[in-house]
Amino acid sequence: MKRNLILGACLSSLFVLAALISFIWTPFDHTAMSIPDRLQTPNATHLLGTDHFGRDILSMIMVGARTSIAVALVAVGIGMALGVPLGLAAAARKGSWLDEFIMRGNDLIFAFPSLVIAILITAVFGAGAINAIIAIGIFNIPVFARITRGAALSLWEREFIMAARVAGKSAARISAEHILPNVANLLIVQGTIQFSLGILAEAGLSYVGLGAQPPTPSWGRMLADAQTMVSLAPHLALMPGVAIILTVLGLNLMGDGLRDYLDPRLRVQRT
Amino acid sequence: MSLLTIQNLSLSIHGTPILNNVSLSIAPGEIHAVTGESGSGKSMTAFTVMQLLPNGTKTTGQVTLDGTDILAASEDTMCTIRGNDVGMIFQEPMTALNPVKTIGDQVMETILIHKAMSPKDAETRARDVLDRVGLPADRFPLSRYPHELSGGQRQRVVIAMAIALRPKLLIADEPTTALDVTTQAQILDLLKGLVAEEGMGMLMITHDLAVVADMAHTITVMRQGQVVESAPTQALLADMQHDYTKMLFAASTHQVDLPDKPAPSPLLEVQNVSRDYRLPRTQLFAPPGVFRAVKNVSFTIEKGERLGLVGESGCGKSTLTRAILGLEEVQEGQILLDGEPVFSGHKPNLAVRRKMQVVFQDPFGSFNPRHRVDRLITEPFHLLPNPPKGLKREEAIAEALIAVGLAPSDARKYIHEFSGGQRQRIAIARALIIRPELILFDEAVSALDVSVRAQILDLLADLCRQYDLTYLFISHDLSVVRSVTDRVLVMKSGEIVEQGVTEQVFTNPAHPYTRDLIAAAPVLPDLGRGAA
Amino acid sequence: MSRNIWTLPQLPPNVAAMLRYALKRLLSLIISLAIASLIIFFVIEVAPGDPAQFMLGLNAQPDTVAALRAELGLDVPKWERYLNWVGGMLTGDFGTSYTYRTPVAEMIADRLWVSLPLALYALTLSTLIAFPAGIYAAARRGRAGDVTVMGATQLGVAIPNFWFAMMLVLIFAINLRWFSAGGFAGWDKGLWTGLHSLTLPAIALALPQAAILARVMRSSLLDILGEDFMRTARAKGLSRRQALWRHGVRNALIPVLTIIGLQFAFLIAGGIIIEQVFYLPGLGRLIFQSISSRDLIVVESVVMLLVFAVIVVNFLVDLAYAAVDPRLRSRT
Repeated sequence: MKRNLILGACLSSLFVLAALISFIWTPFDHTAMSIPDRLQTPNATHLLGTDHFGRDILSMIMVGARTSIAVALVAVGIGMALGVPLGLAAAARKGSWLDEFIMRGNDLIFAFPSLVIAILITAVFGAGAINAIIAIGIFNIPVFARITRGAALSLWEREFIMAARVAGKSAARISAEHILPNVANLLIVQGTIQFSLGILAEAGLSYVGLGAQPPTPSWGRMLADAQTMVSLAPHLALMPGVAIILTVLGLNLMGDGLRDYLDPRLRVQRT
Repeated sequence: MSLLTIQNLSLSIHGTPILNNVSLSIAPGEIHAVTGESGSGKSMTAFTVMQLLPNGTKTTGQVTLDGTDILAASEDTMCTIRGNDVGMIFQEPMTALNPVKTIGDQVMETILIHKAMSPKDAETRARDVLDRVGLPADRFPLSRYPHELSGGQRQRVVIAMAIALRPKLLIADEPTTALDVTTQAQILDLLKGLVAEEGMGMLMITHDLAVVADMAHTITVMRQGQVVESAPTQALLADMQHDYTKMLFAASTHQVDLPDKPAPSPLLEVQNVSRDYRLPRTQLFAPPGVFRAVKNVSFTIEKGERLGLVGESGCGKSTLTRAILGLEEVQEGQILLDGEPVFSGHKPNLAVRRKMQVVFQDPFGSFNPRHRVDRLITEPFHLLPNPPKGLKREEAIAEALIAVGLAPSDARKYIHEFSGGQRQRIAIARALIIRPELILFDEAVSALDVSVRAQILDLLADLCRQYDLTYLFISHDLSVVRSVTDRVLVMKSGEIVEQGVTEQVFTNPAHPYTRDLIAAAPVLPDLGRGAA
Repeated sequence: MSRNIWTLPQLPPNVAAMLRYALKRLLSLIISLAIASLIIFFVIEVAPGDPAQFMLGLNAQPDTVAALRAELGLDVPKWERYLNWVGGMLTGDFGTSYTYRTPVAEMIADRLWVSLPLALYALTLSTLIAFPAGIYAAARRGRAGDVTVMGATQLGVAIPNFWFAMMLVLIFAINLRWFSAGGFAGWDKGLWTGLHSLTLPAIALALPQAAILARVMRSSLLDILGEDFMRTARAKGLSRRQALWRHGVRNALIPVLTIIGLQFAFLIAGGIIIEQVFYLPGLGRLIFQSISSRDLIVVESVVMLLVFAVIVVNFLVDLAYAAVDPRLRSRT
């Protein structure tokens, strides 16, 4: 349905826009504390209220969007940059030791949830936003590898690939010229879904202190800070939560809409 | 007194008209065949009787089955009719059975869902029916799963399910289209026997006119949702009223006029070739088994010769095709084109490959949907050391397109703008463009309607005259091979069991398998060339 | 027939095929575990600092440090330490905590009795919610019921579980006071008390997972509804509903099982986060305490345990596949 696509694109671009605007303007300085103004509920001055240090929540959410989007985007980039070539290679050499190696490696990575990878990295190198990127990025690799391989395998059975082979083209050239363009739609849709999952994962990691560290603002950390005051000032927990939900919802709607728009027969892994 | 009467049936799906004023009737014990090319609406007629129609379907007219008005019947009534009064057999036996249930359960389900018998009796009945369709208890216990059976055996299970309650009417929608000729002959015999024994009426949907002529008591010919002609088989064959019917029958026995072949000099030599595949390991530490798909095959194609290769599915003809094209390495023997090996030093030999091209079966799958025709048909230029560029390239494209009966302006179109027959022409243009010495036609006309097939075969004969083509024509369809080849090879289980001059092999087959194959293939009775 | 020890000629062919399949999966399970343990051990090994030095503080005498290193088994080559670690785990000895000086196995065992029941509780809940919801939506494809369920799952997929947990606490613990806001009552006061204190965490974990699972169930069922054999079933006289239940659901389970297996990894990870919201004394708490006190041997063992759980659950899913799909049994 086109409605999904438009609604989703509007919602997600709203947050991308908020993140971009925050570089040049926010209603207040997101780090400026003002104890007299603390714990205000939403009002005309502070549209979404203030936190326990009197910081403006809207400004924090705008700046926090930068972290979420940057982490999720780079993680999708890592997943695609490594996963897609691996998937193409595995499909081109179906049944070979290379295919077996890549697929078994993928299975193994699936046994390490992002959080576990983040825990390992943090235990060794200490906490930071980079950990979140690496952890989520590593988790994305098998997702893209698997979906690329699956789609590529069915393409390799098609006769137009046989025709290209008869024309003497190498497996690498066929992968680039015929396979990749025909799986591109699928990758765009899956990329959108992984982007939204990345935002959720980043929030979770920051919440438990394995992601962005102070003073870098992030939605997950805002929630962690809000937790102790949830009975006193519920809006502290509500606002960043709603921001996460709307962004993820927007991206998912956009992904579904794109899939229907580009090709209704596409299969996307929703995990 | 007729069992099924269809009167003035019209049907549309989401407003698109599919059927227009279709009428026919079937008496008990009668086999009524509905035939026509794709898009004729023949299958939709069958599904209307079952009331298994897609959403958004509107029907008008009257369908009466043994006194029940089907179009007015409620869904609950239809559920009691389906499987009980009407049984149905489908085209694709490989997917028609539930993969996670045993064949016994699936046959028994027909009986149990209609509460016709106790579970114990149902089991006995299921066993009897499976025996009746030729699946004896010792080899096919009720506990078998569908994946353990071949296509023909699965079709027998589907038939068993359909006749378990001795329905009055059996609907068969292209029941043998997906099967090999020898299997097809057995299934057709089975169906004929069932109708005679049980006195069922049978509505048979098929595109294969030879099957129709052989099986049916009555024939209805359809075209674009309308009945063109309907008459008892003998009467219709003897005296066709409608031009379309005549064209259809003429096209399916179409003979092309091949030019004489030039003096012999060997072009392709296949010498003692064997091709092995590794089987998946069945045991952890035992070495994986090996399946020999092609066994010690030798033959030669002379320059200018049109050679046929026939065999049923799984006989190794596709494997042999891939080996000749140099796509896969063979384990034993060698393949020489113009005296040079197609595979040298474990790598395909590009210098040899550019002398060969191939045309595949599927007119929809053999082109990248994202490229334009000019890019599609020039793909083989990749094989040339100095491919033509600029104006020369344009000229080559135009010439190839004209040669196959298309316009040079078609070069800028995308593949989805063409029909199946046109796509097959484009596939031939792609094969011709580098002027190969040998073209392989891999089931190249099998997916086409008879009238389109006849045109493509004529095109082949034309091209032979124009370009002195040498080709290897691979097909399961004996009548086509007979028409377009000088010599023929018969392949079975990876071996060439017979080879010889086409007419001789067909009129006087030496090997028992060839005899079976020819006997099994349904043939249209000689209509006297005058009628066509 | 064959000299091979894995051939089991006296068994009926179905059972033998199933056993062979299981053995093959078991072998790959062992290889996965071995590689995973190698990765975990050597990643932790890269960590800077000497545990013995860390435990004794900066002012410790070199010979005291050396003695402790020997006691902790740190004075042998890496490979030997790896083998000792793996060998220890196989016999239930996970080493000694650097900070608490107590056996790691004991620490883990206590926490496991919170984390494992939580994960299973959540898995059960999410399956119980998702299956009916997915089947219902597929059966009413395109109608109001489907649209409602799909809208709800679309929202459910977007909700972070820890935020949902905070909202549950706010509503059901703080405002309605039906549950306690956090902590774990323990199993010694009875099964019900224990389950009661895990209920909110389990719901928080289960609902977003249920949303995903319901979507998969629906789309998998819709795929199956388009299969030829569903038409065959209808031609036999089965109603739409009968065909859906008798032929659709079991076939649709095959992809759903994959997702359940993958979801278990998410439930374990999600559980670690949810434990933070509810102050549950589970593995999550243990691991974060250990990270901040640089008690790496505990981190190492808990991570190994989590990965072990994920791999084993996926092994079980593979076995479940074979039970559902007879084709797999013979394809091995």
